[in-house]
Amino acid sequence: MIALLVRDLRLAFRAGGGFGLGLAFFLIMAVLVPLGVGPEPDILARIAPGILWVGALLACLLSLDRIFALDFEDGSLDLLATAPVPLEGVVSIKALAHWLTTGLPLVLVSPVLGLLLYLPPQAYIWLVVSLALGTPALSVIGTFGAALTVGLKRGGLLLSLLVLPLYIPTLVFGAEVVARGAQGLEVATPVALLAGITAGAVALLPFASALVIRINLR
Amino acid sequence: MQDEVLLRHFVTKGRILGLSVTNLACARGGIPLLEGVGFSLEAGQALVLRGPNGCGKTTLLRTIAGLQPAQAGDITCPADSIAYAAHADGLKTTLSVAENLSFWAAIYGTKGIEDALDKMNLRPLAGRAAQNLSAGQKRRLGLARLMVTGRPIWVLDEPTVSLDTVSVALFADVVRAHLAGGGMALIATHIDLGLPEVGVLDLTPFKASLDSTGSGHFDEAFL
Repeated sequence: MIALLVRDLRLAFRAGGGFGLGLAFFLIMAVLVPLGVGPEPDILARIAPGILWVGALLACLLSLDRIFALDFEDGSLDLLATAPVPLEGVVSIKALAHWLTTGLPLVLVSPVLGLLLYLPPQAYIWLVVSLALGTPALSVIGTFGAALTVGLKRGGLLLSLLVLPLYIPTLVFGAEVVARGAQGLEVATPVALLAGITAGAVALLPFASALVIRINLR
Repeated sequence: MQDEVLLRHFVTKGRILGLSVTNLACARGGIPLLEGVGFSLEAGQALVLRGPNGCGKTTLLRTIAGLQPAQAGDITCPADSIAYAAHADGLKTTLSVAENLSFWAAIYGTKGIEDALDKMNLRPLAGRAAQNLSAGQKRRLGLARLMVTGRPIWVLDEPTVSLDTVSVALFADVVRAHLAGGGMALIATHIDLGLPEVGVLDLTPFKASLDSTGSGHFDEAFL
C-alpha cells in the first residue's frame, strides 16, 4: 500500500506527471479574476470566498482523469486488481495521492491568493480550514468519477459533467465557511457540515469506486 | 532459494493444491465464447492453450485470474496463488526498470528483485527508464514481474509477443525452473515455446453455441 502511494507520488513528480498543474491553474485563475472584475477592494473582498472555492474545485478537476486512465492504458490496473491488495485500498491510496499532489498544495497556497483578492484578514484562517476540510472530499468524489469513466476513451469531459454536480454540497458549505468568517459570524455549523460531507465521502465512496472498477475491468 | 519459497507456498498441510477448472463457460462483452472447458494442473505442470484469434483465450485467462466472473462452472485453486500477466505489461514509463520491479515486489510482499533481473537478462538495463526500452525489453521486464510475485500459478497471455528467439529460450528456461520448483503455468500462445513436456489444450472444441446463453438481460452487466 505504501509502495503504491510512493509510486503514485513519484510518478506525479516525474516528467509529465501533472504535479503543479492544478496549483498553477488555481494561481492563474486568482490573478485573472481581479483583471476581469476590476480592482475595487469591496467587490473583490465580497466575491473572494466564492472565487477561491470555485477555483480550488476546478483545479482539482483538472487532474482527475489521470487517476485511473493511465493505469488502465498500460495494464497496471488489471495487474493491481489481481494483486494481493484490496481494490478498496488501491482506490483510497489513489485518492490520497491525488489529494497530496493537488488538494494539499491548494490549501497551502490559498492565503497568498486571499491577499490578491482582498480577503478580510479574519477570514484567512477559515479559508485554510475550509479548504483543508473540503479538498479531501473533492479528491475522493473525483476518484469515484474517475472510476466510473475508466476505460472510456477521452472520458475527461464526461468525468467533469458527472463530478461537478457532486461537488455542490462541498462548494456551498466551503464557501459559506469563508464568507461567514469574513463577516465575523458564527462558522461552527458550516464547518461541521463540511467535515461531515468529507467524512462520509471518505468512509463510503472507496467501496463504490472499487465496485465500479471491478465492473469496468470486465 | 526461489524454488524453495515456491514449494513452501504451494504445499499446504502435506496436500498438494493445484488449479482445477470444471465445466467453465465464459463470455466477453455479453457474447458467450467458451463452454464446458475443463482441465486441471498440479504442481510442476504447465498447460499451453491454443486456438484461433478470438476463440476466447484471453477471456478464459481473465476469468481464471478473477478479473471477470464465470458464466458457469467452477475454478478451484488455493487463495492468492495466481499471478496474471496480460498483453500489457503494466510498466510505468517514467520509472526505471528496477523501480518498476521493486514496486511489484513490494505489492506482493516479496523481497529481492536481483534474481529476476539476472534471470531475464535485465541487469544492464536496471537503471534505465522504461520508456527507453525496446518492445522486447519491456516484455522481458513484464515477465520478470512474474518472478517477483512469488506465486505458484502463472497465468500468461501471449507471453512471447515481441520477444526474439534468444529471449524466448530465456523465458522457456524461467518457466522450466518455475515448474521444477513446484509451480504451475497456464500459457496462451501461438508459437512453440520449446517446452516439449507440457500439455496442450486446443480451445476450438469448446466454442460456445451462440444461442446457448443468449438471454441478454440488462442486469447481466452488473452481475
